[in-house]
Amino acid sequence: MTAIHPSLPGLEEAALAPMRRSGRGYRIGVLLLALLTAAGIGAFIYQFSTGIGVTGMNDQVFWGIYTVDLVTLIGFSYGGAVVSAILRLTNASWRGPISRLAEGTALATLAVGAVFPLASDGHPERVWRLVTAMQINSPIMWDMVAIVTYLIATIILFALPAVADLGRLQAAPGLEGWRRRWFRAGAFGWSGTAGQHRVLDRSLTALAIMIVPLAVMVHTVLSYAFSLTSRPGWHSTIFGPYFVVAAIYSGVALVVVVVVAFRRIHHLERWIPERAVMNLGYLMAALGVLYGYLLFTEMTTEGYVGAEATERLMYALLLDRWSVLFWVFVAVGLVVPLLIIAFRRTRTVAGVTVAAGLVAGALFLKRFLMFIPPLTEPQIGGEIGGYTPSWVEIMVTVGALAAIPLLLVGLFKVVPVLAVTEMEEIAASRGEMT
Amino acid sequence: MIEMSGQRRTPTPLPQMPSPAPGEEVSRRQFLGALGATGAYLAFGGGLLERVLATDDLDAIAAGSLKLAADHQWVMIFDLRRCDGCRDCIKGCQQQHHLTEDDEWIKVYELTGIQGKYTMPVLCMQCESAPCVRVCPSRATYHRPDGVIVVDQNVCIGCRMCMAACPYDVRVFNWEEQSVPEQYHHESPEFQVPQKRGTVSKCTLCVHLLEDGEFPACLQSCTMEAIFVGDLVEDVMSNGRETYILSQYLRQNDAFRLRSELGTRPRVYYVAGHGQDLEF
Repeated sequence: MTAIHPSLPGLEEAALAPMRRSGRGYRIGVLLLALLTAAGIGAFIYQFSTGIGVTGMNDQVFWGIYTVDLVTLIGFSYGGAVVSAILRLTNASWRGPISRLAEGTALATLAVGAVFPLASDGHPERVWRLVTAMQINSPIMWDMVAIVTYLIATIILFALPAVADLGRLQAAPGLEGWRRRWFRAGAFGWSGTAGQHRVLDRSLTALAIMIVPLAVMVHTVLSYAFSLTSRPGWHSTIFGPYFVVAAIYSGVALVVVVVVAFRRIHHLERWIPERAVMNLGYLMAALGVLYGYLLFTEMTTEGYVGAEATERLMYALLLDRWSVLFWVFVAVGLVVPLLIIAFRRTRTVAGVTVAAGLVAGALFLKRFLMFIPPLTEPQIGGEIGGYTPSWVEIMVTVGALAAIPLLLVGLFKVVPVLAVTEMEEIAASRGEMT
Repeated sequence: MIEMSGQRRTPTPLPQMPSPAPGEEVSRRQFLGALGATGAYLAFGGGLLERVLATDDLDAIAAGSLKLAADHQWVMIFDLRRCDGCRDCIKGCQQQHHLTEDDEWIKVYELTGIQGKYTMPVLCMQCESAPCVRVCPSRATYHRPDGVIVVDQNVCIGCRMCMAACPYDVRVFNWEEQSVPEQYHHESPEFQVPQKRGTVSKCTLCVHLLEDGEFPACLQSCTMEAIFVGDLVEDVMSNGRETYILSQYLRQNDAFRLRSELGTRPRVYYVAGHGQDLEF
């Protein structure tokens, strides 16, 4: 075996840290996540067998929290694609220790998010019709194609560098039993030759170039399910970019939370430097400003002209029925996180993490405000509609949110948490090798 | 040229790929070009150009010069001068289709205009350029050759994209299982009893009755005789008691269509009014 890069001392152990036997608190936490996930799956099965009438949706507000979940979770997954792909393309040297966690986040959130089109359908068992009776004009059709393509690309983006790392670490000390066999099988003969490195590097660059427009397309097409209708609040040319920016904004935020959590739990502070977390924080802040700008320009263009239906909706959002939620979003999702990152005193790892957590949660709320209030407005006449999620919808949602960390924990039980090969390449190119 | 598309849309043929001359290889550039052209065609040509066109041309209707796909092209006319908002049409419809009280395929809104309050029955507009048909991913909702839009509930996946697309709020989702005595059951997109859980329902213009030479249920139950059904081919309309020349009636009474600025080409016409003039 001819490894071209000598190792950074201690890196191998760190990359395998999540695979070691864990403490009691950690195991209780995982058990709790597993129980919540199981409850969510149970609620989903209950809904499937009893019928979609167990949700709180109605003829006026016919899309509910499942749609919010779908867009939010697929939005989260974008952060992983950005951090990994854009930082690779711009050759940012601080990407190394966070790229695996970012790609894992992308994969886990997308896998969970992709369940929600099914949860929301009246007849999920009929989705095969989208293939056999394909109606190419339908935004739902485009959604399916986009999400499936993006899922495949995300799997490859995660798997390719992981294969190299399995090969790189197959002889690492402390790797025993089934795991050693898995690393050897999963390596597909990777031995770290110069030729293999070249192939990996070129494929990853090609993939990084592909996945950025692909992710843009996915979110634009997702927005089309709303903006290609004639409803006030939905029918807007800004919706495509609005969805894309919201997705990266929330996605980077979630990557911060995941990176800091794993950094802390598995004591990876030496390998994931503060600088990486800070840089993610800056990236998030820049995206936050951009999102705030899009929000402002949406509200201004919609509100200034004062078309009757739009004006009603704007009033309900800004001053009346939904105003508390709306201004909470503006505060928690935009102003407070930006202030935290702006001030030197609060710009710490803990501060950035709190800001990121606020953003991730607030963008959930923002999706709710984007989808539900416009639906409550009748288009011709009649009463204003209402919607309260049922316990089934809440349990499915909670289960899905618990399934994401659970998937990540599971993922890093079988795949190294740090992109060892990539980190060594970066270190070698910067002459930091010992 | 005005034309109606057939029943279920048949997939439009793809544009011809440039076929290489014998011995000539297709270059990557050519291949990608053809791929791009196909994609553009599917996205724009396939979607936007292939529409069910007809009929806001009253002259053509009067002259009988419309080229249409079926012997009848059904429309409805609501004379709001006669509508007093009694909601009998809703009851008649619910009885005919065995609907629950919550499900209204025809709604009666109380609206306010400059003349004061007026009532407005709203049902499926049977749009010729129908947003619901365009967005349905599974071809469950489609135009019949006579212009009526129906839903095949055996095929509907229940995604409710059609409800999002409909500008008239006339589609109803069947959240719960409905129980109707066995002897009333009927199975077809034109006349479905009971409604199937997890699918979308809507007004079918009672096309099953029209085909038997009967009037739709709402029309039959309208004691004000405000509801008419018409046929663009025969240029005639009737509420069961009176019969008029359709194009003439629409013109003379300044008929309008609901939200026609959206380009949906609704097949339901209204004559403005507020229940004021009951003497005919």
